[in-house]
Amino acid sequence: MNSDLLAITRSDVEDFLFQEAALLDAWKLEEWAALFTEDGEYLMPGLTEPNAPPLNSLYLIYDDRHRLKERARRLLSRAAHAEFPHSQTVHLVSNVRITDRTENELMVSCSFIVTRAKGAINDTYPGHSTYRLVTTPEGLRIRSKRAVLALSVLRPHGKVSIIV
Amino acid sequence: MKRHISPFLLNDVIQDDRGRGVFRVNRRVFTDEDIFELERSAIFETCWLYAAHVSELATNGAFISRLVGGKPLIINRDRNGKLHAFFNSCPHRGATVCKEESGRARSFTCPYHGWVFSDEGKTINIPISASYSPACKEDSTLNLVPVPHFDIYAGFMFVNFAAEADSLESYLAGAAPYLKNIEAQDREAMVIVGGVQTYSARANWKLLQENSADGYHAATTHSTYFDYIRNREGAVRDNFTQSGFGCVRNLGNGHAISESLDGTPWGRPLARWINSWGEALKADVNEAYQEIESRVGPERAKIICHGDRNMLIFPNLVINDIMGIVIRTYYPTSPSYFEVNSFSLAPKNEKDSLRELRHRNFLEFLGPAGFATPDDQEMLESCQRSYATQRWVQWNDLSRGMLVEDEPNPAKQDELQMRTFWRRWHHLMTEATGEATA
Repeated sequence: MNSDLLAITRSDVEDFLFQEAALLDAWKLEEWAALFTEDGEYLMPGLTEPNAPPLNSLYLIYDDRHRLKERARRLLSRAAHAEFPHSQTVHLVSNVRITDRTENELMVSCSFIVTRAKGAINDTYPGHSTYRLVTTPEGLRIRSKRAVLALSVLRPHGKVSIIV
Repeated sequence: MKRHISPFLLNDVIQDDRGRGVFRVNRRVFTDEDIFELERSAIFETCWLYAAHVSELATNGAFISRLVGGKPLIINRDRNGKLHAFFNSCPHRGATVCKEESGRARSFTCPYHGWVFSDEGKTINIPISASYSPACKEDSTLNLVPVPHFDIYAGFMFVNFAAEADSLESYLAGAAPYLKNIEAQDREAMVIVGGVQTYSARANWKLLQENSADGYHAATTHSTYFDYIRNREGAVRDNFTQSGFGCVRNLGNGHAISESLDGTPWGRPLARWINSWGEALKADVNEAYQEIESRVGPERAKIICHGDRNMLIFPNLVINDIMGIVIRTYYPTSPSYFEVNSFSLAPKNEKDSLRELRHRNFLEFLGPAGFATPDDQEMLESCQRSYATQRWVQWNDLSRGMLVEDEPNPAKQDELQMRTFWRRWHHLMTEATGEATA
């Protein structure tokens, strides 16, 4: 096993996930996208079938690296109407666990609560994420982030216009 | 008690002046509580409403339970293969009989007092039934109550809550052949891909009906999506923002369609290849095209595969066959809030490679986390908020292309599809109040 990977502790992972959360709350979205590897992906399954693979189920988000970068870039535009002016968010990350270490990857699970405030609207997005992380010379990077909302319907939010 | 309806409720809510080419809708139709209450009976309890796709009940014993037109229903296929739609309300005291969203069952047991119903809706066991009089037990009021009308067309299942209703096919009118063209996309059957997007908007439901086939808003509201596609695809055959592109048609009974052939910058998994899919997938896309062509002939294959269609089926169904096929239906719980259920429909025998493309394509634009739908919601919600000014800013204008609306092929950016909706809405609503229609 990769010795860098073996040396990673839960604190290291928490630092990384908190850094990710801070970038999202600060709307540094292109910097957020840069946390992903070249083959990275960002997934959000549908609420009714949280465990189904994306080929057989209608997801909410199914981004490869190209599209997650474009998602970040788009959200920074004044013409991304749902998020202009930008909403205020708080990304809370907790219950972080390293659940497995493979040859090249660290499997991590955590829980999150993301709050979004815009105008008179306050919405809350709770859920669980699983990450596949890798070590690079620049530090930890995300090969896969799968965010599963712990909601049975996306109401009254109506949308996931922010990055969770 | 029957709700009192003011005979002046709809007085002048629509200005429809064909001679001058002016069509206006008074903004109180989006906020008025009495109009909203009347819509529940005059629109949602008289029209056929989309309930489910037959692929969701593929096997004997399958059931789904969901709200349709605000009413909880059980829709199931019994052990002999017959389809049923019942109100999901125990005939005893009203508890929800079926609490799961989908599954398989030979019977349904009410969790409150343990009444058991067969998959044909008949009571088959009532605990301590000896205490009921023979008259009570003989009466069919102890069975699950079927929805008054339930029918299927081209795989699309609809219900109608009225005591008397036209046949589904005659209700669908000009929309029927388009549903047949969707059904023809697979040699065997079309299927709902697993899962449903259940979302909402803080706006009046009619604003989504207007928005869902509005060719005029695409270039501005969704500029970020089109920038993204153009950057990725390079020079694309992209003339959809030009005037005179595509057309809109009145399909009768309040239904309408906005359609075009090629000219939009996105790919269609069935079967319009784009650069970013790469050469490797070209063969799969062509193969899908040829399979359809071999069954339906070149002319119809071209329309099915190369066309983009945004279809509105009155009152609350959208079937958009664009970068994927979305089935979207919605229901208001107040004048300023509605709930949406959105499904993806795909050919059953689609290759995995194309199914993968379909999903990526669909989610790029569509759905509550897509690059477009949240911006549509933002527009609808901002319209709704501004209707606080309706005493001073009274009218919405839907006059685009009105002077040429009876000529062949009104343009896709015109607003005939919206006028078609509003004329039908106004007809049904004034019929209910007894006001004379203009």
